[in-house]
Amino acid sequence: MSGARLLRLAALLLGFGFLYGPIVILATMSFNASRLVTVWGGFSTKWYAALLHDEQMLRAAQISLSAAALSALIATLNGLLAALALARFGGFRSRTLFAGSIYAPLVMPEVVLGLGLLLVFVAFGVERGFLTLVLAHASFTMCFATVMIHAALKGCDRTLEEAAMDLGATPVRAFALVTLPLIAPSVVSAYLLAFIISLDDLVIASFTTGPGATTLPMRIYSQVRLGVSPEVNAISTLLLGLVAVALGLSALLTRGRAKGGGAG
Amino acid sequence: MPEGGKRRRLTRGEMLVIAAPYAWIALFFLAPFALIVKISLSHPAQTRPPYEPVFDGAGLAGFFEKLSQLGLDAYRGLAEDTLYLDSYLSSLTIAGGATLICLLIAYPFALAIARAPRRLRPVLIGFAVAPFWTSFLIRVYAWITLLKDEGIINHALMALGVIDAPLPMFATSGAVVVGIVYSYLPFMLLPLYAAIERQDASLREAAADLGATPFQVFLHVTLPLSRRGIVAGALLVFIPSVGEFVIPDLLGGSDTLMIGRTLWNDFFANRDWPAASAAAVALLALLLVPILLYERAQLREGAR
Amino acid sequence: MTDAPLLSIKGASKRFGAIAALEDVSLEVGAGEFFALLGPSGCGKTTLMRLVAGFETLDAGRIEIGGADMSGAPPHRRPVNLMFQSYALFPHLSVFDNIAFGLRRQGKGRAEIAARVAELLQIVRLEGVEARRPDLLSGGQRQRVALARALAPGPRLLLLDEPLGALDRQLREETQFQIKEIQRRLKTSFVVVTHDQDEALVMADRIAVMRAGRIEQIGAPTEVYERPATRFVAGFIGQMNFLEGHIENGAFVGAFGRLPAEGGGLLQGAKAVLAVRPERIAIAPTTQENPGLDGVVEDVAFRGETTHFRLRLPGGETLRVSRGADSGAPFCVGDAARISIAPEAGRIFASE
Repeated sequence: MSGARLLRLAALLLGFGFLYGPIVILATMSFNASRLVTVWGGFSTKWYAALLHDEQMLRAAQISLSAAALSALIATLNGLLAALALARFGGFRSRTLFAGSIYAPLVMPEVVLGLGLLLVFVAFGVERGFLTLVLAHASFTMCFATVMIHAALKGCDRTLEEAAMDLGATPVRAFALVTLPLIAPSVVSAYLLAFIISLDDLVIASFTTGPGATTLPMRIYSQVRLGVSPEVNAISTLLLGLVAVALGLSALLTRGRAKGGGAG
Repeated sequence: MPEGGKRRRLTRGEMLVIAAPYAWIALFFLAPFALIVKISLSHPAQTRPPYEPVFDGAGLAGFFEKLSQLGLDAYRGLAEDTLYLDSYLSSLTIAGGATLICLLIAYPFALAIARAPRRLRPVLIGFAVAPFWTSFLIRVYAWITLLKDEGIINHALMALGVIDAPLPMFATSGAVVVGIVYSYLPFMLLPLYAAIERQDASLREAAADLGATPFQVFLHVTLPLSRRGIVAGALLVFIPSVGEFVIPDLLGGSDTLMIGRTLWNDFFANRDWPAASAAAVALLALLLVPILLYERAQLREGAR
Repeated sequence: MTDAPLLSIKGASKRFGAIAALEDVSLEVGAGEFFALLGPSGCGKTTLMRLVAGFETLDAGRIEIGGADMSGAPPHRRPVNLMFQSYALFPHLSVFDNIAFGLRRQGKGRAEIAARVAELLQIVRLEGVEARRPDLLSGGQRQRVALARALAPGPRLLLLDEPLGALDRQLREETQFQIKEIQRRLKTSFVVVTHDQDEALVMADRIAVMRAGRIEQIGAPTEVYERPATRFVAGFIGQMNFLEGHIENGAFVGAFGRLPAEGGGLLQGAKAVLAVRPERIAIAPTTQENPGLDGVVEDVAFRGETTHFRLRLPGGETLRVSRGADSGAPFCVGDAARISIAPEAGRIFASE
């Protein structure tokens, strides 16, 4: 009995150590005054200060953030409609094609998606830049948003909506008044997921963006290719911190909601 | 539920709902594939790569004129050039090996989380999946610091006196495997955890009651009942790993061939669009079976 | 029952956090006996069973099976099998493989396993479904597979957790007799856990009535029915009338009047409760010259073989009375009736 418990504890420790070790080391190194990873030159925030003066990096961050915000919005709206079709329309014609096209990009190699999207833009004669970046990101993050909202809709009690319709609401109103508030947390999560995936993407952005719209991952990538650098450690740590704070907030939010729901 | 039953036409209202996502998918998912296939059949003799900031109408027309002269040259190149063949083979081995290692690491991890006290489970799985939300690029980058000759692992091993000279870990296929395992672990972990956690505890008790030792309980009950999770996790790791670009590019050596990287180089360095497209088609053909398996599982799950 | 008990539980106690699930429980089950643990949900009967099977560990006390101390023995090393309330059939295995599971763990040969499974399927009358998966079976079939699987390894003691709980009413009655018959044939000790008194009364040789982690009474069905040891047992098993009153000169006196009764060991003047079953109350027209209490018939319910009356007594108490059909004068709602209760028909408990 206790032997099994010990094994489980070991598995947890090893698993979390493997997952978090590299991240923690990276974050620690970003405060290292020395350029060498193996030498601790004292605590320093100079690499962060240097970042603030890196115009290119700041510009790239700005582009990435706005592209992520915009593409995630399109992806979430599209995903909501697609999830609705999948969850509520039953076995309509061409459902398999529709559903298959939704799920496939989740596992499709990014190089293929990026190349394909680029060819579409070329075929339609659209100049590559911020617009194509947003369109491309909206396309492939839509799948993630759809899957997330679909899961929420499936877990939603359909009879609530039917009750609303029975009480005289039109289908659209019933959905807006009953179901939408219920799945709202998932819709928000879907937006966040789409946002983060867009913010993180290197491959598809490299294919579909133009010279005027270099994203943050592209900028980081071009620096990383030159080797480990403390500035990259610093910006990485900032991004990690940002995600950690966002995850913490969302956990607090959902916990408060769960508690409120339990009390009511 | 009407799912799985006879297929019906959409009502007008439903069409209104589905129009936007359907059009979007057609334009940005189905059309790209058609174009990839089409361009892969064009002649590779591109005197001027169509890689310019502006495409005027004439340039586009000329481009498509070339496309109309279909040919299999790109595929012939694919078949003859050992670079491609080697890339495919090594992509499969690296992705397969990484998937296996991922499973071996994730299974005890998922099992430990699923067997933790009920209250702790959401917290543990939350922390286990949290790194997925952080930048993929940064997580891969973090391993450079660890694996380099003058990196932390080598430094620590030499300080401990285990080795005299640095182990060459960075820029190897092994490093790529480590990177894939690390990056895709959450994809393996989540389906495994879901499959193990939802198992009825009384099944294990029944097995123990019938004389099964703890190991036999695992072998005959827990493991077979998590088969779906294993398949889903393996596909979720294997499929994207085969076409992975970032990991082999950052952690692999110049001799680490992977098809995603080869395709990237064809496109960006050699500006050979037909060759890149042919490589993409071949990659999809390679992944067709696993992708269809995954799709089937998703559709089944979605219809439930 | 033989002299050495097969299962012996001594002073068993078990706590879950602040909740005492079992407190100082002792009982014995003989070889070949059909024993029932009866009680409302939360009384500790399931905990007791899980302790015997080895899924929980005792805080205090001792469990012996066939004279061997079971403390520290994991479930797979106990000569006990359990039929789960949910059946816990392995969904990935066929009916055959489910039943063969325990046999394979014993390292039995192929031919032997096949023969044993066939024998069990015949015992539970379920031939022909060997190849099917459990989810393709009906509820009744699943129940029988679960029974066969638990019997397959040839346990000395079979534990059955609410074995009929998931069946509908008609199937339940049929299955009660089948289980009883199988037990008689195999001569294996059965311990059935149930909250359903009918189940316990019909099937068991002896019943332990439990309440809040303690055993209230152990006895044969007729014993717990006719001579309940506590007020709880009296109320839990079968229909029962309770009348409040006190003891006065060899009689039970209440607002309703006076009834001759045995004192039940209580002192003169002590507050007490008289428990009497509906069928032990005689009902007759007031015209007859017989002693008793007069009441008014408030309700008459014809139930085929019996007729049930609800009477209102002068003190305001209601009393349920039942008697066989066609025995005695008919009564209508509003009729006056005289009831009589023989001294040995009721039992007197001290007021709680």
